[in-house]
Amino acid sequence: MVVENKLETGREVPAVPTSARALTVVPLKYPGRWVLAIVILVLLALLVRAFVVADIDYAVVVEYLTVPGILEGVRNTLLLLLLSMALGLVLGVLTAVMRQSPNPVLRWVGGGYVWLFRGTPLLVQLLIWFNLAIIFNTFTIPGLVSMPMNTLMTPFLAALLGLGINEGAYISEIVRGGILSVDHGQREAASAIGMPRAKIMRRIVLPQAMRVIIPPLGNEFIACLKFTSLAYTISFSELLHSANKIYTANFKVIELLFTVTIWYLALTTVFSILQQMLEDRLGRSSPGSRPSFARRLRKNLALRRTA
Amino acid sequence: MSKQLIVHAEQVTKSFGELQILKGIDLQVFRGEVLCIIGPSGSGKSTFLRCINHLEKIDGGRLSVNGSLVGYRQNGDRLYELRDKDVCRERANIGMVFQHFNLFGHKTALENVIEGPVQVKGISKKKATEQGMALLERVGLGSRVHAYPYAMSGGQQQRVAIARALAMEPQLMLFDEPTSSLDPELVGEVLDVMKDLASSGMTMVVVTHEMGFAREVADGIVFIDNGCVVERGQPHDVLGNPQEERTRAFLSAVL
Repeated sequence: MVVENKLETGREVPAVPTSARALTVVPLKYPGRWVLAIVILVLLALLVRAFVVADIDYAVVVEYLTVPGILEGVRNTLLLLLLSMALGLVLGVLTAVMRQSPNPVLRWVGGGYVWLFRGTPLLVQLLIWFNLAIIFNTFTIPGLVSMPMNTLMTPFLAALLGLGINEGAYISEIVRGGILSVDHGQREAASAIGMPRAKIMRRIVLPQAMRVIIPPLGNEFIACLKFTSLAYTISFSELLHSANKIYTANFKVIELLFTVTIWYLALTTVFSILQQMLEDRLGRSSPGSRPSFARRLRKNLALRRTA
Repeated sequence: MSKQLIVHAEQVTKSFGELQILKGIDLQVFRGEVLCIIGPSGSGKSTFLRCINHLEKIDGGRLSVNGSLVGYRQNGDRLYELRDKDVCRERANIGMVFQHFNLFGHKTALENVIEGPVQVKGISKKKATEQGMALLERVGLGSRVHAYPYAMSGGQQQRVAIARALAMEPQLMLFDEPTSSLDPELVGEVLDVMKDLASSGMTMVVVTHEMGFAREVADGIVFIDNGCVVERGQPHDVLGNPQEERTRAFLSAVL
């Protein structure tokens, strides 16, 4: 049955079936998206083709992924990354807390550190650390050690100090942002139960700042992984330097640079996943948080067992 | 009833920059007494409350809790600022409940409650947990001990906050507009807990707009306006028969 509908204005509208259930929704079509996708696919195909026909020996790229020289480079890159991030985290948290301190001397020291190491290029800092022996012949702590700077300042130590101290300056800004994100009421409530300042920072403020700190810190971690390649210039045998040693001998330059690229991409992918897992874990005390990977796994297993 | 003086304020002044918030407050609270402070917003009533546990430093006058100066040590006619450690010791004896609850967001209800006893008083976690469970039971939240603050209603959060303050076994409880940010239907459950606390003999100073609570529970009411105590007396007198014009104007606006 069909009835005639009239709007209040009296304007006639087309007759509709009385049963609303009979209506079908027709989605809007987006032909432009298809065109765009095809254009991009064509461009991509051309790019791939260019690399396929180019004079690159892909077998070499794959073969060198696991040769001892490259694997040692990966190990050294990871070692440098982990140690400099550890150093950077310690310095960063310390500096961030110093910059919030009621003590003006500590605030100035923290501010000066960030100003100096964030304000100069990392490559310059690395070269200065590495060449420190030119101005200081010996490294001396009176009564404890005294040794030639040349022996002490190995490429590894120079790279570690350069990266770690530089990261510390950036991380301190990330941590400071996290600290500022914690509501002031949290500190007042902790003060009100008689907590001393240092403990409030450690037990109340920093744990809650973590949620804000972790995402940019993961970013920093990945940035630092890539910055380790700068240690190539002070001949620390990290990944890029190891590849360099090989391709100066066999002239497979692009192939080995591709090998290195694959390794860097693999490592950054792994760290991104680890970061996501850490964020899940820290999100437990906030609404709308996804259960952690481990928890989801446990829940699924438990369901299966009862079923 | 022995009249032991718990809070004693004499000519307390406090300024934020150029703006003088407290212009010489005189006030006394005795043990077991429930004092309600009422007044328009911006009158300085919350600031005064915060001075009592040194969340704000006073600029002038004298303010003592249980016989010892808050945040200072007097030597002759000079007041010396106390170290953080000593201020903390004083604060541990004063419980405070905030308008916005300020529960530690990364801790469950129970963890919120035992944080002070374990970290400040050094009580064992086991003993603190037993006491914490009993306190949460007392405020009617025995079934919510492992809930995080975000998963609780405002009324529940505020009751946890009261339990957290009580866990320190304070001699004095300060309430800074404890029901002002609650939905109307949740105000009652918090006021009930506070009434229960008052009848147990706790000394309380309550900044509030809940005139019904003040009338029913308070032993005394202080009306503060523009940084001064305008009127003080029994709830029945201040609310029912105010002597000052400003008190009358305020009450007719809020009642």
